[in-house]
Amino acid sequence: MRELNKGWPKLDEATHLGKRTPRIDAADKVTGRAKYTQDVNLDSMLHAKFTLCPHGRARVQSVDASAAQALDGVVLARAIVGEGEELEHAGREVAVVAAESEEIAREAAQLVRVEYEVLEHNVADASPDLAGEWAREQRGRDQGDVDAGFAAADVVVEGRYGAPIVTHCCLEPHGSVVEFVDEEHVNTWVSTQRISSQDEDLAGELGIQPENVRAVCQHMGGGFGSKFQFDVWDRECARIAEETGRPVKAMLDRDHELMVAGSRPSAYADVRVGVKKDGTITAWESRSWGSGGAGGGSSPRLPYVFDKVPQRRTHVSIRTNTGASRPWRAPMSPQSCLITMAALDDAAAALDLDPLDFFLKNLPFTERPEVYEEELLIAARLMDWRGRFIPRAAQQGAVRRGLGLSLHTWGGYGHDSNCSTTIRGDGAVTVSCGTQDLGTGSHTVLAVVTAETLGLPVAAIDVRIGDSLLPPSGGSGGSTTVGGISSAARDAALDALRQLLARAAPELNAAPEECRAQGGRVFVAAAPERSLGWTEACGLIGPEALSGSGRTDPELMADGVGGAQMAEVEVDVETGVVAMKKLVAVQDCGTVVDLTTAESQVYGACIMGISSALFEERVMDPTTGACLNPNMAFYRLAGIGDVGEIVVHLMQTEAHHARGVIGIGEPPVISPIAAISNAVANAAGVRVPYAPFTPRAVLTALGKGRGR
Amino acid sequence: MKDFAYAVPATLARAAALWREAPDASRFLAGGTDLLGMMKDFVIQPARVISLAAIPELRGIREEDGALVIGAMTPLGDVIASPLVRARCPALVQAAAGIKSPQLRNMATLGGDLLQRPRCWYFRRGFGLLGMKDGKSLVLDGEDRFHAILGNAGPAKFASPSSIAPALVAAGAELLVWNGEGTRRMAALDLYRTPEREEESEFSLAGGEILVAVRLPAARPASATCEVRQRKSLDWPVAAASACLDLENGRVAGARLVLGQVAPVPWLVDVTSLLAGKPLDEEGAKAAAEAALKDATPLAGNGYKVQVAEVAARRALLAAAGKAG
Repeated sequence: MRELNKGWPKLDEATHLGKRTPRIDAADKVTGRAKYTQDVNLDSMLHAKFTLCPHGRARVQSVDASAAQALDGVVLARAIVGEGEELEHAGREVAVVAAESEEIAREAAQLVRVEYEVLEHNVADASPDLAGEWAREQRGRDQGDVDAGFAAADVVVEGRYGAPIVTHCCLEPHGSVVEFVDEEHVNTWVSTQRISSQDEDLAGELGIQPENVRAVCQHMGGGFGSKFQFDVWDRECARIAEETGRPVKAMLDRDHELMVAGSRPSAYADVRVGVKKDGTITAWESRSWGSGGAGGGSSPRLPYVFDKVPQRRTHVSIRTNTGASRPWRAPMSPQSCLITMAALDDAAAALDLDPLDFFLKNLPFTERPEVYEEELLIAARLMDWRGRFIPRAAQQGAVRRGLGLSLHTWGGYGHDSNCSTTIRGDGAVTVSCGTQDLGTGSHTVLAVVTAETLGLPVAAIDVRIGDSLLPPSGGSGGSTTVGGISSAARDAALDALRQLLARAAPELNAAPEECRAQGGRVFVAAAPERSLGWTEACGLIGPEALSGSGRTDPELMADGVGGAQMAEVEVDVETGVVAMKKLVAVQDCGTVVDLTTAESQVYGACIMGISSALFEERVMDPTTGACLNPNMAFYRLAGIGDVGEIVVHLMQTEAHHARGVIGIGEPPVISPIAAISNAVANAAGVRVPYAPFTPRAVLTALGKGRGR
Repeated sequence: MKDFAYAVPATLARAAALWREAPDASRFLAGGTDLLGMMKDFVIQPARVISLAAIPELRGIREEDGALVIGAMTPLGDVIASPLVRARCPALVQAAAGIKSPQLRNMATLGGDLLQRPRCWYFRRGFGLLGMKDGKSLVLDGEDRFHAILGNAGPAKFASPSSIAPALVAAGAELLVWNGEGTRRMAALDLYRTPEREEESEFSLAGGEILVAVRLPAARPASATCEVRQRKSLDWPVAAASACLDLENGRVAGARLVLGQVAPVPWLVDVTSLLAGKPLDEEGAKAAAEAALKDATPLAGNGYKVQVAEVAARRALLAAAGKAG
């Protein structure tokens, strides 16, 4: 039956697609009915906590857990590293303790006595002058005739830019609960970005069959790229559950979380940009450096977005004794974007050009100039850029206003996903998919697509996700989820609908392909008065539910987005305090499934971007190698008063809608740091080289304050 | 958190007696917003926690012989809401209101704020109050961005963390302290001292002494607090200043400026000689602020705090005089 339109309905013909559906799990979340891994508490459950290495780098000489074992309420305490093992950063797990309560476990973890041979370490990454064993020069890259480009330049603008290591700081920390049902069957609750393969990892660890493991993650308090791995705490949780025969919960404490459970690599660069007087870029040269932990780090993509510019780039990877980096929402892109957009903004300022004109003029160096032009002009209108832009250093007074802009790009092509949709004889509809909802709106996406396809209200759809027993779906990384699950859900719903229409069509004296489902009714397309109510039609199904199955469908998805953002800040040039006034985010993402949750993704990304632009930085002590700010008082995040006004504009035209679904989780988090850096430079009159733009960073750039 | 015994005595005498049973292992608990966090981080591990919540004379705001007496266990939220405090010491209300968390304002107490421990991250990570390792200062070799820029010649590099101490010191407040037998009085500034050795305290209270109340004098000088915080939401000030001006016919007769978060103790500067006899203006405020910071000795990475403190001082003086900073 080919006649049912497999493609997405047009924007003006859709009932739910692209419209506003409030998050279907919102009430559960605000009332606390939504249960996170942290909320799982089972009878006779043990709590596991870890003893962490306090040194930047050390070799374990001995571990004595006897005092911990002797504490009342402790069931198990043991080393999890071998004698002689080298630990590469502070916070590495050395021993594990399982006890009757979290507090006892924490106290016992402090009682494990570890002898270390302390080794030389390095936690510094902000200077390019580090040499020797800590720095490793990577192979450079040339593209186009760079020397000719600089020779053709009227002006060469130089600058230094960068961003430090920040953490993912998931509000729900990493961790899991493991329970043996019997010797061969295990349940696990885990905060993960890939529930469908969690069973395999755990089964492998325990030597049991994957089908005997049920992994559950109904709700998640953020992952941002840091929750893909089967981690040491998951492993120890499983082992202890196996050894003790009791359920075990191992959720990280905040300090542990901030030290080891994920960070974004730093990236810094010295940049030279050649420009003609009319604003045309002629060449780019950059020498970048940065660190993602003991393994070094990857190089930023420079120049970002404007990648057709003749370019020469080199990178030095610095090894630091810090918790290893993990993919952080659009890996390496916020850093690459900051370095590029700040350097180009400085070039515009050196030429005394309005950055908006400068960026517009150079769009031919990008992959999608027409999209960026459209988005920049919309952003400029929403910011009143033309009316409000004041050139750098043209203001007096303590508090000065500044505007800055940035462009970004991302892929967002959907991953492989399976989905099933069942329709019961009483009309109930269930959509099941082994995906997870990181807080992004996966529940709602599945409900919207299924409701749209079956012609039902969104509230009529029961959504089941976050369970390894459900049809497998890909991990939620790379902004791949929405494309994968929405197309699979469309496919599954259509499959179920075809079966339903096959039952209903004879009652309507029509062929199944002549029938449609819409507005809660099943009817003949050419004669809508020949119809059955949904429940009536489903009554024909009989006792066995209909089950449709679906897979990711490339024809319903697309790849590649742009995005333009503009920031307005106020800088107090006496105190160095930067205040966000407004952030405008213009974003395309092809077919919008649910406008409300798509916008929420952009709002959340803007807030996360503002937070790392102004506040976030993991501070390490050079002497001991310890992390100095692994708590939420010292590791500062933006609060509700710090984000200013955020204006989100999604490109929702028929042309964008016709492209297919594209992920939106990552792209809007890329530009805020760059746009804010440019706004700060515009207001303060000088470039603040490194994020975060704290009073210290701003006043130092302004040459205010005393001492070194 | 290490397991501990918990006591809730109803009288000062009983509280002091409980403390004397195990002086080294006991801690008094006020609102708990600071102590409990340090206990959870194993920075402080008392075997006994003695709550002061059930002792009636530690609470409330009342006028006594023209002075205003505020019980040490009075929540900061009550201090902010009190018309009596507002009329007498705007600088105190502004300082307390700068704690941008309703939860903290409702739980934290006046006395607890005065006696909170430094936020030096070396101290808070278990390296001791002075942040020393192998006889060397971790602060000097490390991350000093929030540390002291004044009074830091000795081993103490931390910054006094109290939000309200500068306002109370500037206002000439006295503290009432129960010493087990009776109540003694001290100037608010005398609560603080700069430790020279790791085992010394940053407070001058003797073991077992309990801060009972703060006494604001009858005089009502013009006052204001200016804090420079990076975040608009809950954030500790980078630097802060409280100013009290005795004004006679619009002219300054006395001026006390106290800087917070910049030295191991609240940093009192008598700027009367610079300002006396004239109405306070931008120029005078600037000169006084510069004078207050002229002896600053910033560490390698916190020279910016000199600038921030100077701006806070100037703005506090101008605000006290009713002029926009």
